[in-house]
Amino acid sequence: MTAIRFRHVAVFAAALALGLASTSVDAKPKVKVGFIGPLTGGTSSNGIGGRNSADLAVRLRNADPKAKYEYELIVLDDECKPNIGVLAATKLGANKDVIAAATHYCSAVAITTVDVYHKFGLPIIVWGAVLPDITYGNDYKEVHRVNGTMINQNETAAKFMTGLGYKTWAIIHDTTDYGKGHNKYFSKFLIENGGKILGTFGVTSDQQDFTAELTKIKSLNPEVIYFGGLTPIGVRILAQMEKLGLKALLEGTSGIVSDTFLKGSGPLAEGVLAFREGAPTEKLPGGKFFLEQYKKQGYSDPPEAYGAFAFTAMSLILDTIEAVGPDRKKVRDALNNVRGANAADSITGKVDFDDHGQNTIAVITKYVAQDGKWTVWEDSEYAKGLRKLKGM
Amino acid sequence: MDVGLFGQYVMNGLMLGMMYALVAVGFTLFFGVLNVINFSHGDVLTVGAFTGLATYLGLSAIGVSWAPAQVVIVLLVATTCMAGLGAVIARYLVLPLKAAPALNTLLLTLMLGTVLREAVRLFYPLGANPQRFPPLLPTTAYSFGNFTLRVDSVMLLLAGLAVIVGIHLVINKTKLGLAIRAVAQDEETAKTMGINFTLIVLVTFAIGSGLAAFAGILHGLYYSEINFAMGLLLGVIGFSSAIVGGLGNIYGAIIGGFLFAALQTIGVLAMPFASAYKDVFAFGVIILIMAWRPTGLISEKISERV
Repeated sequence: MTAIRFRHVAVFAAALALGLASTSVDAKPKVKVGFIGPLTGGTSSNGIGGRNSADLAVRLRNADPKAKYEYELIVLDDECKPNIGVLAATKLGANKDVIAAATHYCSAVAITTVDVYHKFGLPIIVWGAVLPDITYGNDYKEVHRVNGTMINQNETAAKFMTGLGYKTWAIIHDTTDYGKGHNKYFSKFLIENGGKILGTFGVTSDQQDFTAELTKIKSLNPEVIYFGGLTPIGVRILAQMEKLGLKALLEGTSGIVSDTFLKGSGPLAEGVLAFREGAPTEKLPGGKFFLEQYKKQGYSDPPEAYGAFAFTAMSLILDTIEAVGPDRKKVRDALNNVRGANAADSITGKVDFDDHGQNTIAVITKYVAQDGKWTVWEDSEYAKGLRKLKGM
Repeated sequence: MDVGLFGQYVMNGLMLGMMYALVAVGFTLFFGVLNVINFSHGDVLTVGAFTGLATYLGLSAIGVSWAPAQVVIVLLVATTCMAGLGAVIARYLVLPLKAAPALNTLLLTLMLGTVLREAVRLFYPLGANPQRFPPLLPTTAYSFGNFTLRVDSVMLLLAGLAVIVGIHLVINKTKLGLAIRAVAQDEETAKTMGINFTLIVLVTFAIGSGLAAFAGILHGLYYSEINFAMGLLLGVIGFSSAIVGGLGNIYGAIIGGFLFAALQTIGVLAMPFASAYKDVFAFGVIILIMAWRPTGLISEKISERV
């Protein structure tokens, strides 16, 4: 009996040894990372594009023989709703196997979930939401963002416009947080860059008649009218500017970069300028590589405008885990150290976080309406000197 | 302020006032004959404007491209359709509730307004987006210093004036007007004098709603843009104008409309630092006027109603 039992044990031990040996050759330790975005609801196309892009980053890493770990992506849906987002964030945060995550396209969700990540000590990188307060409204070491905000947008806008030679502005903004934020940051950067603001006018977001404000602006005679608000009243303001014979150039924000603005304004839109965070993916430094790889994986939905940022966020997380190991605290500190000389390269350009974890080298694209299309400034006939902006 | 700039403000205010007055007249007419407040009135204006736009698109599709013909047909179709809609609203929604408390009619028309507004948003192609309204009138502009006078704005103003004068004549110089006034003053007596009460109510609603459609087209031509929510604020302002002028009195409504436009313009002029509050200012003054003259600026001769 003893002999037989011994033999069994020996066989078992041998099998175990063999098994262990084979594990150390083939399989790497598993590490879990998370992704949250709107996968259902009105903005789901952006969420699904972001999910696929983050998934692409994981797949590419797992296919890399040099990678130290095998990664598993946990995907959760925030439905672009703050309450659902908090649930998803809590689920990821409470799961100690999840080391870090790329999260949120919707600003309203991201601004409510940052507290959750801080509480659980889960390092995250925001891949799409643009509200400044997500990074600047707190001192959480866990929160980072690779895409730009309306601050970056207005800094670029102010520098670019003063660079063109315009000197005087009148500002119209709607009185929502969106419009007020634009007014605040654009005014700040415009004055820093030597521009002069002749008057600032707050308007309600459902206002119909702007003739009184515009007549006042007419008497101030600015070279440019800056409009911080969304498409519907942008269309009205442009139409009424023409009625009153205003010669000023209209400069908008990301809020009017839409086909609806062009359709609603018809020929009047020609030569209107606007600025938006992000860029057409093919214009990004690594955009071509990204789109090729994305196509190879055969995803059924396109990456959309912010897919490249989701890819960048996830790649940065994976790079960091490779460097410091799967530990939330170490990953958090390493991410906070991605700055200055340690700035990371990515397909969206350099990533250089400031004290709040905000990427300071944000991609902002300049657009001009040309022949009924939003054309990237550098490609437009205006930049080439074939057409002239108003007042130039 | 220089003269040109002053002229521009006056012109802006007059156009705005014309639109408010046209809406307010509708409110006051309905109240006059039936003692009801029709809160769907602003949305009838929206539907009228969209009917006009659809007519224009239809005309372009069949090759009618002569602008004067387009304007006339667009106006005719929009006002006729809305007059019809107004009569239908009166016949099937407002009249059956005549014996019910006034609050029911008010609620019913409020909901009808929502239905009309949402219907435009959902059923008009891309109805949630602002729609470009074509410039059908000559856009020649004359500049006098800071004053830019456009031919189309002058034409719109004159057309609005003509319509208001027309309404005045209909009410005061025709048999129909006499019947409307009779019904407004005393329904029972009017009936005993052989006036067809139901018909007069329907006609009054048709006139009021036709006016709303006219105001909608005016709005589209003036602002070059219409949207599904445009009737909401116009309705509220039109109603306030009618109230402040004295509900039930056509001249009061007209004065109220122009007064409200003047207040909004003054609001921007007087508070350039806080132009977002121009509506707060205008409605605030209206509240003060109401406190001063609860029955409106021109009150009804027999004012047991307000």
